[in-house]
This record gives sequence, C-alpha cells and structure tokens, in this order.
Amino acid sequence: MDKFNSSDDFDVIIVGGGVTGAGTARDCAMRGLRVLLVERLDIATGATGRNHGLLHSGARYAVTDKESAEECIKENMILRKIARHCVEETGGLFISLPEDDLSYQKKFVDACLAAGIKAEVIDPEEARRLEPSVNPLLTGAVKVPDGSVDPFRLTSANVMDAKSMGAKILVYSELVDFIVDKDRVCGIRVYNHVTKAYEEYHAPITVNAAGIWGHGIAMKAGIKINMFPAKGSLLVFGHRVNNVVLNRCRKPANADILVPGDTICVIGTTSSRIPYDEIDNMYVTPDEVDLLLSEGEKLSPLLSSTRILRAYAGVRPLVASDDDPSGRNISRGIVLFDHESRDGMKGLITITGGKLMTYRLMAEWTADLVCKKLGVDKKCRTMDVPLPGSKAESVEEISRKTWVKPTSGQKATAGRHGDMVSRIRQDNEYDSSLVCECEEVTVGEVEYAFNELDVHNLVDLRRRTRVGMGTCQGELCACRVAGMMAQAHACSRKAKENLKSFLNERWKGMYPVAWGDTLRENEYSQWVYSGVCGLETKED
Amino acid sequence: MNVQGSISENNFEQCIKCTICTVYCPVVPVNPLYPGPKQAGPDGERLRLKKGFYFDDTLKYCLNCKRCEVACPSGVRIGDIIQLARIRYGRKSPKIRDMMLASTDLMGTAATIVAPVVNGVLAVKPVKTVMDCVLKIDHRRTFPKYSSGTFENWFKKNACKIQDRYGRFVSYFHGCYANYNYPQLGKDFVAVMNAIGYGVRLLDKEKCCGVAMISNGMIKSAKKNAEKNLSSIRKAVGEDMRVLSTSSTCTFTIRDEYPHLLKIENGDVRDSMELATRFIYEQVDKGNVRLAFRKDYKASVAYHTPCHMEKLGWSVFSIELLKMIPGVKLTVLDSNCCGIAGTYGFKKENYETSQAIGKPLFDQIRNVNPDFVACDCETCKWQIEMSTGYTVKNPVSILAEALDMEATIALNKK
Repeated sequence: MDKFNSSDDFDVIIVGGGVTGAGTARDCAMRGLRVLLVERLDIATGATGRNHGLLHSGARYAVTDKESAEECIKENMILRKIARHCVEETGGLFISLPEDDLSYQKKFVDACLAAGIKAEVIDPEEARRLEPSVNPLLTGAVKVPDGSVDPFRLTSANVMDAKSMGAKILVYSELVDFIVDKDRVCGIRVYNHVTKAYEEYHAPITVNAAGIWGHGIAMKAGIKINMFPAKGSLLVFGHRVNNVVLNRCRKPANADILVPGDTICVIGTTSSRIPYDEIDNMYVTPDEVDLLLSEGEKLSPLLSSTRILRAYAGVRPLVASDDDPSGRNISRGIVLFDHESRDGMKGLITITGGKLMTYRLMAEWTADLVCKKLGVDKKCRTMDVPLPGSKAESVEEISRKTWVKPTSGQKATAGRHGDMVSRIRQDNEYDSSLVCECEEVTVGEVEYAFNELDVHNLVDLRRRTRVGMGTCQGELCACRVAGMMAQAHACSRKAKENLKSFLNERWKGMYPVAWGDTLRENEYSQWVYSGVCGLETKED
Repeated sequence: MNVQGSISENNFEQCIKCTICTVYCPVVPVNPLYPGPKQAGPDGERLRLKKGFYFDDTLKYCLNCKRCEVACPSGVRIGDIIQLARIRYGRKSPKIRDMMLASTDLMGTAATIVAPVVNGVLAVKPVKTVMDCVLKIDHRRTFPKYSSGTFENWFKKNACKIQDRYGRFVSYFHGCYANYNYPQLGKDFVAVMNAIGYGVRLLDKEKCCGVAMISNGMIKSAKKNAEKNLSSIRKAVGEDMRVLSTSSTCTFTIRDEYPHLLKIENGDVRDSMELATRFIYEQVDKGNVRLAFRKDYKASVAYHTPCHMEKLGWSVFSIELLKMIPGVKLTVLDSNCCGIAGTYGFKKENYETSQAIGKPLFDQIRNVNPDFVACDCETCKWQIEMSTGYTVKNPVSILAEALDMEATIALNKK
C-alpha cells in the first residue's frame, strides 16, 4: 500500500457516469477503494442510454468477431444472475428471409457453437409460433439466448451499490483539466454545475471512462487516442410488437435488430461516421428514419402500422488500434490503455471500446489494473454479487410478498425497481396514485427517486422511473412531476424551467417521426401546455 | 400467444390520452377501485403486452357499457380492449354463481316449467339470504319473474300457422327475456308486425346471444352459441328476411361483440340484423308502412337510452317512433347508465356500485313522474322497475297498445 498518498481524497477517480464508469466505481468500491465518480451530465446520458438495450447473446458477433462473441455470452449469463430486475429473458431469433442466403445459417450456427452460444435451428413454422409478429415469409430461423436489458436501471443500480459502499458520486460535474505533477496525473479539477463552483479532487489513479468523450478527456492530459465516432440511430415504437428479439441471419448490417424492452420495442441501428465536434449534437435524419422503417418492416411487417414514439441516436466509441492511425482496422472490442506504459503518463488509465453487454468485464479489467497500480490485492466479485434490486426473487414473487392484491401500478414499480420496492412508499392512496399513467409510475416511486437516486431535473427522473417515456411523452405527467419537483426542491421557478426543457427534450425525439398519431399527440400536448396552461415553451 | 391481430384492430395506439373516456365512464365516480377505461384499456394494454402478470383484477368492475367508446374522439375500442384482456388474462374458470347467471337458456328452460314455484321461491327472504351468502347474489336484488311456458311454445301453438297468409316476412330473434320471462313482448312484436303486413318467422335454432357468457368468462360456450345463431341467421337472410330483435343488447352482441370479442366473422349478415324499432321506423319513413293510432290512447312516457343503444346509435329510431303516437307525451331522459349491466348488478360485490351508478337516472325518473318508462333493454327494465317502482315497457309493446290494429291492418293490406 506504499503508493497511497494520505493527502489524497480518494484512491481512484473515475471520469464518466456511463455504465462502464458506474460499473468500475462499484467494482473498485467493492474491493475497498475510496472512489469518486464524476459525470458532466446525468448518469447514462451517453452511449449507455442510447442503444437497443439488447442483452446480446453474442450471436451477432460470432462469425465476424469470436472474441466479442465469447465475452458477450459470458456476460449475458452473469447479468441474468446479478441484474435480474434490469434484464428480460426474452430469447432471440436470427431469421433468414427469401432475399438472404440461407447457406449463411450453417456458418452462423457453427460460429455460435464455437463461441459457446447455444444456437438452435428451428423450423420457420416454429418461429412463427414463438414470435407471431415475425415476417411470415421467413425461410429459416435460429434460436439464441438474446434478451433485453434496461441500461438506465443497470447504471443506476451500479451507482447505488457503489454509493452504499462509500463511493462518492458527483453528477453535473464537468472535468475542466487534470492536476498534473510532471509525468503524473494526481487529480482533477471539475466545474460543478449544481453548486456553480470549481472543485479539486486528488487521487493516485484517474480512470477515463468517458466513452467517445474520452478522446477529448485524454487530450486534456496531452494524450492522443485514435477514436472514431460512429453514429447509430434507432426508432422507438409505441408498444411491444414482438416479445422475442428479432435479428437477421446475415452479416451484421443496418436496422436488423428489433428488441422488445419494457413497454416498447426498438429497431436499429444505422451506422455512420461523424466528425468528433458533432458528438454533442445528435440528430436523426429523414434518410435514417426511412432506412430504419424499410429494413424494420422486413423483420416484422407490423411495424409499418405501429405508432413510432420517437427517434434517437447514440455514438459508439470506436477505437483504432495504435498501429493503424487511418482507422481502417477498427475494433469493437474492449480497449484498456495504461497511459503510464503507453504514453509515459502515470496515474491515468483509459477504458473504452466495448459495449453495454461487456461493461462489467471492462470494469473488472480496469479495477484489476487500478488495484495492481495501488498494490491492492483484492479479487473481483462483481460476477457473483447481485446488484441492489436484484437481490431477491422475481418481480412476481416480490409483488406477491409486498402487497396482498397488487395493482398494475404497484406491479410496474416492482418491475422497475425489483426488491428496492421495500424503500418505496405505496401504503396510502396518495403514494400509490399514478403520476405517469402510460408507464404507471406512482407518487411514491417519484418521491423515492427524488430522495435517493440523485435526480436533479425531470429528464433525470425519466431515466430512473420511465416517467414520460410512454405513449403520451409527458403530456399528462410532465406538469405533475414538475409540481412534485417544485415541492421537493422548494423552488417553483426552477421546476417551471425544467418543465420546459423536459417537454422540449420530448419533442426533439418526436420531431423526426412527427406524423400520424405521434403528431396528433404532440399537437394535443402543445395545446394543453401552451394553450391551456400558458406555458411559453421557448427556453430562456 | 397470438395477440397481434387485435392490436391495430382495436386501435389502442390512436389513444392520445385525452381522458374523455374516463369522464364518461359511469363506474369511475362511484367505485374508486376501478382505474377507469383509459387506464384499464389502452394504458394497461401496453403493460399486459409485456407480460400477462401486469393484468389488473379490477378490470372486472368494467360494466362493458361501451360509453367510453362512444365518447372516444380517436376511435379506440376501449371497452373491447378491456373485455379482451379479461378474457385473455382474467380468472380462467368462472364461479358457479357466474355460470348460473350466464346460462340463461339452461336456467330459463328449467324455470319456465315450474315458473310459479321458482318465482315464489326466489322472492322468499330466507332463499335470498342463502343466495346472498352462498352464491354472493345480492339479497336486495329482485329477480325477474319466469313465465309459465315459453314464447317459442306459444308461437308454435298459436301464431305460426297464420303467418303464412302474409306476402313478406321478417325473422324474429326473441332473446331469452321474451322467451322465458316475458312472452308478452314477443306476442306484441308479432301483433305489430302482422298489423303492418309482415309475417313473422322464428330462426331455425335460436340460442342465447351469449352476452352474459362473455361477461362471465364463458367464452367457449359463447362461441358455440354465436356459431349456432349465425348459421340460423344466415339461413333466414338467405331466404330474404331481415332478422329483427326487440332487445338492444342481443342486437348489439350479435352485430359487434361476435366479431370483436369472440372473433367470429359476421360481416355477411351483420347489416341484416337489426332492432325492430329501427326497421319499423325506416319502413314508415320510406312510405312502405303506414300506422294508425287509437284516438283514446294517452300516456306520459319517459324514454331511457340503454348503454348498448347509445353504442348502436339507434335510440333515435325508438324515440321517433314513440313520437309518432299522438297521445304520447314523451320525455327523453338524460343518457345515463342504469347500473345493472346484465348480470353485473346481481353480484353482491357490485350491488352498491350498481345502484350508485343508476341513482341520477332514478332521480330523474321520479322527477319526471311519467305513467311509465320506455326502454329497449330488458335488464335496464329490471333495474329501473326495482329501483324506482315505475313500470318499464319496450317501445314495441307501447306500439302494440297504441296502434289501432284494425285500421293499421287495413292501411297496410296489399
């Protein structure tokens, strides 16, 4: 333990509140380290919250990237165990359509089996029975252990667990620069957007876990990482069209995964390189919407008549290998840089690449390196210890034990928070009344989020509870939660500003798909807020 | 589980959460346990599609009155979504009580044979107490009386033969009520149709329309009845007859609940199945039929619009027909559910809700103080008669009383 500096506030600082940063914070805290996590916005705002929410079986990578495939299936099995309240075990199908080469199926199945993924060829008829929404023209199908995972819940559970073991989590705190002593990073300077103050924190090790933003973070330490932002756009549909994940059995391509998650389903993604300076300004283009729809309908023709709730895009943090600055040889695998050996900068580590599925493994590798550097001999236990919310039984059992006759709202709450429902007040009529009617979020749940889940604004609240994520996109619930926030924070002016930004954020996602019922809904919403309530939606 | 077929059909995604349905729901203001049509319907459906576990048992409080559907500006079949959810996710085997209440044919056939005994027994206090405790049929409820002998038997014995003398025919779907409880309604229908020059035929085989089976979860039996009825109706329609009914609920069930809830196609005969008052009104309107009324007929009548009549949009025909009677002073009551909803109000757990729903209607009837109430639905009739003491008559029966039969027959003779 000779490298501990008693004047340091922490043993390790983690920059980035995505699932990787949160997972790393948990892992380090579990190994007894004093952890600080800083995030410039809210948790899970980057790529973590902007993907399919697919619990990959690894089958998608089996043919092209065996290593990723093997990592996926291992982590898949671990997440089912440690994060059961975030995971839905839906199963997945890889279907072949008449336009696809059916001979690819054999190659695919062989590759899956070689990677340890249970892939089973089934009859198209069986596939139609298993998932009635599947394109009935399918010529072949392979069953794999895909599922869905809620990335917001997963990140929040990691943060919660890290906090319970003493970690400090600072959201809305942006890294300004590193505190560098010659060839060593000894800490960070951050601007805290909540307190509006600059703060300094010291630790012998800083982990850069900022995803694509890690490129810029590393530059602040004078280090170059060859990152290539790749935008992926997705569409959210108004309800679950399918209950089994649908993939195309062909080489990975655009818009060939349809994932049922919670009350909705998501089709994606597109893939296009974008300049680094655009990563904070994501928008979905009409061409992308067209592509997603035309390809999506091939997986499930029902999508053509299903309401689209919204469109969103995320940026994958792709990293070129060090010996290939052109970026042609891009890996989707996990990239862990020890900048001491790579660049001669001590005290700084970058963890990037990878995917939502492998966040825990990325955290494990990172924590291993941190521990090695600190001389701490502690083994990783995150693969065995369930996350908060997943410590008890299934949602059904939790509801049965908590309430005599659970309402659907109480069941929905249990579905979102697992065994943490014991912390949510639902005993009187007020606490169990609904705030968000589409997703059935209760007053008790919103209060719990305000009190315990680091909620600073209504958009944060949405990530913790699904408030405003349903069909009406905030039309009925936004004003209610704004009222509750005004009470919780004792400030109605801020709540009103928040209401505007919340509604505008909802509109941003609806805009690319604003036709039909989505547009009707929004017009009605505008009429309620601008017309009836007199809310000026232009932000100050 | 194939649920996809129904999704775009019921249009639940057209719901823009305006919540008008909940405002029009008669249950919401009187039963706080019921989450209301929006929540129980399009909102809950999204969770149920995730997992049947999210089904909420309180959906049983839905009356299936369909007033939510009438109110919805977005064309969402809210009532159907709720009923389908109950069918799919609700209690799988109905209670004995529910089976008894729903098996109108079985109970009716048995009861009409020994009607005086059954009627007497059902009115006795200890019997009511036993039914209340054991079967959970509320003791405050008055049972509709069973008739001695069915309408079908009467028709075969007394009316069938003379029908041959007419040149044009309609087929009559009498329903359980006219058959087992109140054959006079069937007799009135035959008299009126004969007077305006139509012969009446019965269907080859008529079974209960199945509405009570649907609401009590006996879907298999309901489907069986529906198939039998539709095949009889098809035969009648094939012989160039309209199929008329004197019950708004039977009519509505056969026309709309068969395809929507039982998933049994009826598109080929749906338009041929209608309510007697609509048919008569249209014939009068077109000049095919002329009515002559008794000069001495005087009555102050209050018309109640049953929920299913509201859904059909046909109360206007019954009302206009009643207005044709010179001696009738007609008050159209505010459209308000009476609360009985078929077998719903008979159940002990629903009695209070049922009476609370109907209260505004009962109050209005007392205020209007008519000679009697007119209504196209038999279960509304029981509820209103029990709750207000006013007699309730079917518009066809009122027509039978008010028509100058001799004169009408003469007017319509070809």
